[in-house]
Amino acid sequence: MCAICGCSEGAETRFTDSAGNTHAHPHNDGDTLSHGHTHDHHHGEGHMHSHEHPHEHHHGEELAHQHRASVATLHEPQHDNLLRIEQDVLARNNRMAERNRGWLEGRGVLALNLLSSPGAGKTTLLEKTIRALHTEIEMCVVEGDQETTLDAERIRAAGCPSVQVNTGTGCHLDAPMLAHALHSLDPPRGSLLLIENVGNLVCPALFDLGEAAKIVILSVTEGDDKPLKYPHMFRAAQLMLVNKTDLLAHVDFDVQACLDHARRVNPEIELLRLSARSGAGLEDWYAWLRARVAAAGLRAGVDRELHTSSSSVPPRRSA
Amino acid sequence: MHELSVAVGIVELCNERAGNARVRNVRLRVGTLCCLQPESLRFCFQVAAEGTALQGAALDIERVPALSRCRDCGRTIEMQEALATCKCGSLNLDPPRGGNELRIICMEFEEAA
Repeated sequence: MCAICGCSEGAETRFTDSAGNTHAHPHNDGDTLSHGHTHDHHHGEGHMHSHEHPHEHHHGEELAHQHRASVATLHEPQHDNLLRIEQDVLARNNRMAERNRGWLEGRGVLALNLLSSPGAGKTTLLEKTIRALHTEIEMCVVEGDQETTLDAERIRAAGCPSVQVNTGTGCHLDAPMLAHALHSLDPPRGSLLLIENVGNLVCPALFDLGEAAKIVILSVTEGDDKPLKYPHMFRAAQLMLVNKTDLLAHVDFDVQACLDHARRVNPEIELLRLSARSGAGLEDWYAWLRARVAAAGLRAGVDRELHTSSSSVPPRRSA
Repeated sequence: MHELSVAVGIVELCNERAGNARVRNVRLRVGTLCCLQPESLRFCFQVAAEGTALQGAALDIERVPALSRCRDCGRTIEMQEALATCKCGSLNLDPPRGGNELRIICMEFEEAA
């Protein structure tokens, strides 16, 4: 398992692009997508490998002082046997997430991270959304699952480019995985990127991918108390979609109570109710998407009529 | 079980910095809204530390509360968990500030033999 970003390591993570080409997660491949796996060996900020570093023997007093400030803790842990570290455990993932975010915003691509437990209806909702909007909004999809390319195939059948990321034993997508997927998908300027995270109401909440917003999907068969039981996910999300409303007559699910619970953990959360299967409520969801896509394009100065393909390449994963 | 990923990350980071010294404990600061279960993290840390300079080391977790404000009585609230209630009984709270920290503060070595 990848240490810093938490993704599963190496060959356990597989990427399958639109052409059906599968490859394992690349390792240490220098200036291409070295992803997260060189983490421990890259000399990024705050990285402290330089034990044999000769500086202190030849630079001036002022530099020597700076050197002590930044590196001395490495070499001089003697006081009280205590070594100060002061390092964010998720720093590497978060830095990559910010790079993804900057790249996406610069292109006016709206990236949405869709989260739910398995079976809440994420893929069905995506299929419907693609079929309804693909003539007016360019879209592509990143599919995250532990195994199989079934979902990416469903998305492609609906008419949309997609990349399948199989995380192996990993329970969530992380920022380096998204970077890799972006490289493969190369989403056009002003487009919509939908990221279907691994079905899991816990772990993905901790890992920023660089998306503009997280959307949590809760189906009525799961129970209206889920926002209280899994508060982290609902706190991280900007929008909650209550799905499978066509089944409301058959289950004890109180939509208002669910919203109250969600607002308790996240007072700002928005709610839309819909049924991806019956189509009820989908227009509200589409309107939400249209407004967001337009705003993201405007911020980036994208002329949606032109759909100009930029020559800039997605963020690279080199150190 | 993202706690295991996080624990492996902590151990690798500290192990790299420990050189040949044995680590007695690692101090971690975890916000109360950070999606991590301290007991699970400690267990995973123990497992991940095996065979490294951190084997047998303790993981001291310092919890840092998120802050919020009650929209009914105006009181400032230290949130010890994601679901907080104001002393006045209200659940109507401002969105929390902070509480997401996940930081290795320091580690302490065994006395040199």
